[in-house]
Amino acid sequence: MDIALIGRIVPVFVQAAWTTVELSLLSLALGLAVAALVAMLRLSHVAALRFAGAAYVSVFRGTPALIQIFLLYFGGPQVGIQFEPFAAGAIALGLNIAAYMAESIRGGVLSVDRGQMEAARSLGFGEGQSMRWIVLPQAAKLMIRPLGVNAVALVKGTALVATISVVELTYTAQRFIGSTYKPFEIFAVTAVLYMIMVYGLTLLIDRLDRAYAGEA
Amino acid sequence: MNDTRPMIEVRGARKFFGPLEVLKGIDFSVARGQIVAVIGPSGSGKSTLLRSINHLETLDGGEVWLDGVQVNQKLDRRSFERHINGVRQQMGMVFQHFNLFPHLNVAENITIAPIKLKGMAKAEARALALKMLDKVGLADKIDAFPARLSGGQKQRVAIARALAMQPKVMLFDEATSALDPELVDEVNLVMKQLASEHMTMVIVTHEMRFAAEVADRVIFMADGAVVEEGSPAEFFRNPKQERTRSFLKKFLNG
Ligand SMILES: Nc1ncnc2c1ncn2[C@@H]1O[C@H](COP(=O)(O)OP(=O)(O)OP(=O)(O)O)[C@@H](O)[C@H]1O
Ligand SMILES: [Mg+2]
Repeated sequence: MDIALIGRIVPVFVQAAWTTVELSLLSLALGLAVAALVAMLRLSHVAALRFAGAAYVSVFRGTPALIQIFLLYFGGPQVGIQFEPFAAGAIALGLNIAAYMAESIRGGVLSVDRGQMEAARSLGFGEGQSMRWIVLPQAAKLMIRPLGVNAVALVKGTALVATISVVELTYTAQRFIGSTYKPFEIFAVTAVLYMIMVYGLTLLIDRLDRAYAGEA
Repeated sequence: MNDTRPMIEVRGARKFFGPLEVLKGIDFSVARGQIVAVIGPSGSGKSTLLRSINHLETLDGGEVWLDGVQVNQKLDRRSFERHINGVRQQMGMVFQHFNLFPHLNVAENITIAPIKLKGMAKAEARALALKMLDKVGLADKIDAFPARLSGGQKQRVAIARALAMQPKVMLFDEATSALDPELVDEVNLVMKQLASEHMTMVIVTHEMRFAAEVADRVIFMADGAVVEEGSPAEFFRNPKQERTRSFLKKFLNG
């Protein structure tokens, strides 16, 4: 074990891990926004919209995330869509996780007892009002855990964008192999840094979950 | 206003669930201030009928009228949505499983509709909630969350929530069926009190004794049709149809 090497690379790797955090946050924001939209489609009364939502989920869950990243980054320019690696990575990861998050959101909404919507409607609330004031506040609580699982998968999945040379944690690790020939030390440090990020995220999710649970 | 006009009128109500005809052309009306109890075997369509009155179920045929306004009138989607939300504000509904909003406390359960739908000021709405809770004997629970209440208390809050919209009619779908036996009376008491205040009510129930005590008229349904109706006295003492007799006998024998 080359302790001196570890001491040398840690500052650089922490920097790279920060890029991973930024990438995760951006794709998470995009993912949540798209997921909310797709979940709405999935829950719509209009068959065509429901179909569109289901198609989105099937396509993005039914193909490897790596291929989605390649398709956008390498295939995009061919049809006039061009992004920097970081942007391409964030967008592809965001669109991918959105398919999973949409299902988590939809699951939360569907887990709220049907009687809640009926009680709201019977008081004279419209469908949107019932959703907003009665169903969603209860669904939100039920979504936190599954969305948290999605977010953890997203953070770990960011490693994939190393393949399109986004200078994040995994890419940085690979680059150091060439100059040091110490893959054990390098990947061990890398793994520990991912674990710290995931652990931090897990703590956050726990807090959110407890904050909501305490409300009712 | 025409006081002889029925408060609720149902004409030729038909409803299918897939191939199953659940309501086979039901006619009945409820006069202003009248209390109608609907009884009948499980699956006879009582809930479906009650839920058609406030359009939680959409009829496949027939008409429902509330105080001279057709509930299930043909309108384009948007206009109908506005229309039905207005109609529902005038009909309180009480469910077997209470359906209180668990994320809101008792006060908020009662005030959310008056505040959001009628634009009532918060302080006024809270005063209203207190008044309604007083009616159902739960003023001290105003700040409790539903999870802290017994079944009977939950149902009384649900009644208070419906009353806070000052509805013209109250619809009850087996309001006491989900309750432990010792909690039934407190809910029945509240309903009797409403009866004494001349609230128009349609009460779907399995409790024959309560129906006999509180109703002005009893409607017996079986297989999606009204088999017999009459005053509680004639209905329970002297049922005319064989179907009614066998149903009542089964009930008396437990
Ligand atoms: N949403 C639905 N989809 C399909 N069938 C339904 C639906 N709701 C009710 N039914 C069927 O319609 C029939 C009438 O049901 P309904 O709930 O109105 O009966 P009920 O008289 O209220 O019975 P209970 O005394 O058990 O509450 C039953 O056969 C029931 O299975
Ligand atoms: Mg029923």
